[in-house]
Order: sequence, then C-alpha cells, then structure tokens
Amino acid sequence: MHATTTEASLQQIRADVSRRKVLDQIFVMVGLLVMFSALLVLVILFLDLVQTGAPKLNWDFLTSFPSRKAERAGILSAWVGTSLIMLTTAAVTMPIGVAAAIYLEEYAPKNWLTAIIEINVTNLAGVPSIIYGLLALGLFVYQFNLGQSIATAGLTLSLLILPIVIVATREALRAVPRAIREAAYALGATRWEVTAHHVLPYSTGGILTGMIIGLSRAIGETAPLITIGALSFIAFLPESPFKGEFPFFSFAWLGEAFTAMPIQMFNWVSRPDPAFQVNAAAAGAILLGMTLLMNGIAIYVRYRFRKRINW
Amino acid sequence: MQPGSSASDSPARPAGSTQAVDGRPMTPRPTVEVTRAPAEAEEHLVVKSRAEGLSFYYGAVRALKDLNIEIREKRVTALIGPSGCGKTTFLRCFNRMHDLTPGTRYEGRILLFPDSIDLVDKGVDPIEVRMRIGMVFQKPNPFPKTIFENVAYGLRVRGMRSSARIEEEVERALRRAAIWDEVKDRMDDSGLSLSGGQQQRLCIARALATNPEILLFDEPTSALDPIATARIEELIAELRDQVTVIIVTHNMQQAARVSDYTAFMYLGELVEFDNTSKLFTNPSQKATEDYITGRYG
Repeated sequence: MHATTTEASLQQIRADVSRRKVLDQIFVMVGLLVMFSALLVLVILFLDLVQTGAPKLNWDFLTSFPSRKAERAGILSAWVGTSLIMLTTAAVTMPIGVAAAIYLEEYAPKNWLTAIIEINVTNLAGVPSIIYGLLALGLFVYQFNLGQSIATAGLTLSLLILPIVIVATREALRAVPRAIREAAYALGATRWEVTAHHVLPYSTGGILTGMIIGLSRAIGETAPLITIGALSFIAFLPESPFKGEFPFFSFAWLGEAFTAMPIQMFNWVSRPDPAFQVNAAAAGAILLGMTLLMNGIAIYVRYRFRKRINW
Repeated sequence: MQPGSSASDSPARPAGSTQAVDGRPMTPRPTVEVTRAPAEAEEHLVVKSRAEGLSFYYGAVRALKDLNIEIREKRVTALIGPSGCGKTTFLRCFNRMHDLTPGTRYEGRILLFPDSIDLVDKGVDPIEVRMRIGMVFQKPNPFPKTIFENVAYGLRVRGMRSSARIEEEVERALRRAAIWDEVKDRMDDSGLSLSGGQQQRLCIARALATNPEILLFDEPTSALDPIATARIEELIAELRDQVTVIIVTHNMQQAARVSDYTAFMYLGELVEFDNTSKLFTNPSQKATEDYITGRYG
C-alpha cells in the first residue's frame, strides 16, 4: 500500500462522514427550534402576567381579602382555600392511588377483568374535568350532604387526579427490576414483604413525582370547582387546622365554604373594571409560580431518589 | 433416618438418564453409595434431593422432560448444556421461582431429604421452600440498602429481632462468603457501591446468612471478570463442605473445576449425569462427548 492511497481513502471516509453528519445537525436545529418555541410561549405568558400584575405583586395582595375596590382586593382567602383543598386532595389521593396501583401491578391476576379496569383507569385520565364536577355535585354535595365545602372540593379534585397518580405509581413500581423482586422472593419473603420492604421504598421517588404532577394539575382546575359551587367572594378564613390547645388540630375547616386561586382569577377577569385585570394578572402569576414550584419539587425529589438508587 | 441405615439397598448411582427412576416407594432413602472418583475410596454420601420424573411447562411448552437426578448432600452438582437446554429452568424448580410466572406447571416430584417433602407439590408453600433453599442469581442483585441490611434481610424475614444476634449472623455470613475483610469497615455503605465481584459475594453472603440446606447458583460468574470469577469459584469450593450446591454454568471449565457431579442437559432432557471427572474424561453418551469437545453449543 502506498501512503498516497491511504491518504486518499482517508479523505474519502472523512468526506463521507461529514456528509452524513449534516442530517444530525439538521435534526439538532429542528429540535432546538421546537423546544424553544414551546418554552418561549410559556415564558412570554409568565412575563406578561408579571408585567401586567406588577403593581399588585406585593405582600398586601397576599394578606388582603377580596374587595369591591380593585386596589384593596387581595387573594388571602383564595390561596388559603387552594392550600387547604390541595392538602385534602393529597391526603385522599395518596393512600387510594398508591394502594390501587400496588394492587393492579403486584397482586391483580392477569385476566380480562383487570384488563378492563386498567384500560378504564387510563381512560379516566382523559375525561373532561367538568364531568367530574357534575359527578361531585350529585354525589358529594347532594347525596353525601358534604355541602359546597373544602371537603367536597378536595374529594372532587382527588377523583380528577387519581387516574394520573395510579398510572404514574404503576410506572414507578414497574421500574423496580425483576431481579430485585426475585432476590427478595428467593430469601423467603412473602408478596407483601417484597412490596413493603423493597418495591415501595425503591419507587418512592417516582410515586412522589406522580403525586406532585397530579397535584399541579389539580391546583389550576376551575371548572369542577365552579360546578360544585365555589364562592368567588369570601371575606373570612376557614377555621385554622391548628389549635392552641389539645388535640392541637381541628377538621372544622373541611366543612367550610371556600374559594380558590383560579376561581378568584376567573371572577376578576370577568369584571368590566380594568383595574381588576391587574389583580387577575397578579393572581395568575402567583398561581403559575405555585405550579412551577411544585414541578420543581417533583424534579428535585426524582433527582434525589435516582441518585441514591441506580440499578 | 440416619446416614448409612439403609445403605445396603442403595446401589451406586449416578448413571445416565436412561436408567433413572426405578419406581421404589417414596420413603426417605437418604443414603446411597457412590464412587466420587475412580481413584478414591467409596464414601457414604447422603442424598439431599431427588428429582423424579420432573417435567415443567411454560403454558403448553414442555421445557423439561422427565428429569431424574439425585443431588448429594454437601457436594457440588453442576448443570451444563447449550443455551436453551433448560438448565436454568431446572434450577429454578428447586426454589419454586417459576411460581412467580403465571401459566407455569410442574409434573413429577423433587423430593427434599431428610423429610421427603416434594418441593414442587402444589400443597407445599413456595415460601416454605425458599426458606430452606437459597439462590444466587446470574447478575449480582444486591438490594439498594446498606451492606449490613442486605445480609440481615433474610434473618429479619425469619423474624429475628435481637440486633446482637443479627450482627453476629451477618458477620458469620460475610466471613463464609470471603468478603468480611473488604466490607467490615463500610457496613453502612450501599450494597450497590461495591464492585461487581464483591456484589456477587455479598449476594452469596445474603443467601448463606439463613443457613440454606441447598444453595442454587445460576451462572453466578457470567457477569464477572476472570479475577472475580476465580474468587467466586474458590468460594464455591470452600462452601462444598458446608452446604449442598447446585450450579448452572455455561462454562465447562468452570463445571470441571468446581463440581463433584455434572449433569449434561440437552433440549430439556437430562442426557448424562455422572462424576464430573468421569463425565469429562469418559462420557458414555455421544451427545455429551460432542458438547464437551466443543463440536456444538
């Protein structure tokens, strides 16, 4: 072989490689473009809300009740209501969603019945939220007489996000390698021991992530809350869950009327006075911030657990 | 029944599968005389387990066909054969691992002595079986827990509460698995922080901690480098005096190095079962000879 021949063929190889890599680069460009246009919309929306609502983004806004005068109105009852509803939703969804997912994933026999249940759970995630509102109005408000209360709102949103939490939890459980289950079974563990000692602890990150993503879906829901009769003007706070004397907590707030962030926003947006639009924008910015914060926590939780467990 | 008590009616085995089950009553017959190697003196060996007419089905597929084999106590029995011959499937019958897969079915028996329990009987709880028979898997699979908790897990499942006892047993198991010196100062580190070979020895310690009667190895070194492999093989040789071992291996040299008995399987059947030295130097079946001389597989 002459050196010149090698040289020539090397150049040929390089030319060929760079020609083929053009496609790679084109895809990178397209990918970045698509990603940034999606992000850009969100960023512009957020900045617009912040800019419009800037005059109201202060401490007073958070600590004032709604008012007929736009400049005095605040979101105190709205964010407290939202927080308590989220607390209720989380407390109801967590045990039911995780238990349902464990049963479906670890215990349920594989037959047509469980197949139908599985398909339905997945489909429920796509049901319009107002349908859940109608269901809750009939079931919780009138049938169970829970009234137009925080409990009703929490249960309604819980119904709404249960499918999301169940599907996410099943994914998390399924991510635990078969080899780990087999290791535990081979040591004589029962199915419950394998689930409780291994599968659940190792999938906590994924389960919490699914939970938080479900909650951040619930926090922005408006339609079902309107359907069950959320008030838009509340100038008092529910009874505090925490008490100064024994037993230090109370559940009286569960039965009280409520408003929530999106309801408050909806109410302000529909007012003719432009001053209220500023309030709506400020509330929107805060709501979006709350959602982003929850998603941030989800990412952090997932990162923490992934770091500890790498199969 | 004590070893030796019924030795007189027990002719020397093993032999080829062709002359396997003999339809004797299933009373415990724990002793049998075998010649371990032609040169050695005959010794009395206790039969720890015996498969009788064992077949296994994945749905309609018959993966194991009428296996008959005797596993001797405190000896190493190797299962060899080409990929897909059913050696791992056979191994996993011993601790009822197949019960975790729906649509599987056993036929025949695997008796465990001295109490003559049929390991694959539907009426025998698979958890009870797994309490008595340990397993080490192909890929090291420590729990993402601390090294200590990995080994302690089997003890905790068995209801051991005293932390002093548990610590004692964990140390003993880690020593038996020849990994104590490497991990004694880092018992609270994650089991996943160890190297592959260390992880596998940790898994062996985990299985040993509960004092299994039989320890199953499913190609325990196939994911390891040659040095780690040598250490595991050494360890298996040391364990021979303490526990009955059945090892599946795709590596014939490994079978020759670590085992006392070797079974050659092909297409779900047991082709030949004999002393390892006999099987490798003077196989009675043509298929065995073809396989060990590398003509296929």
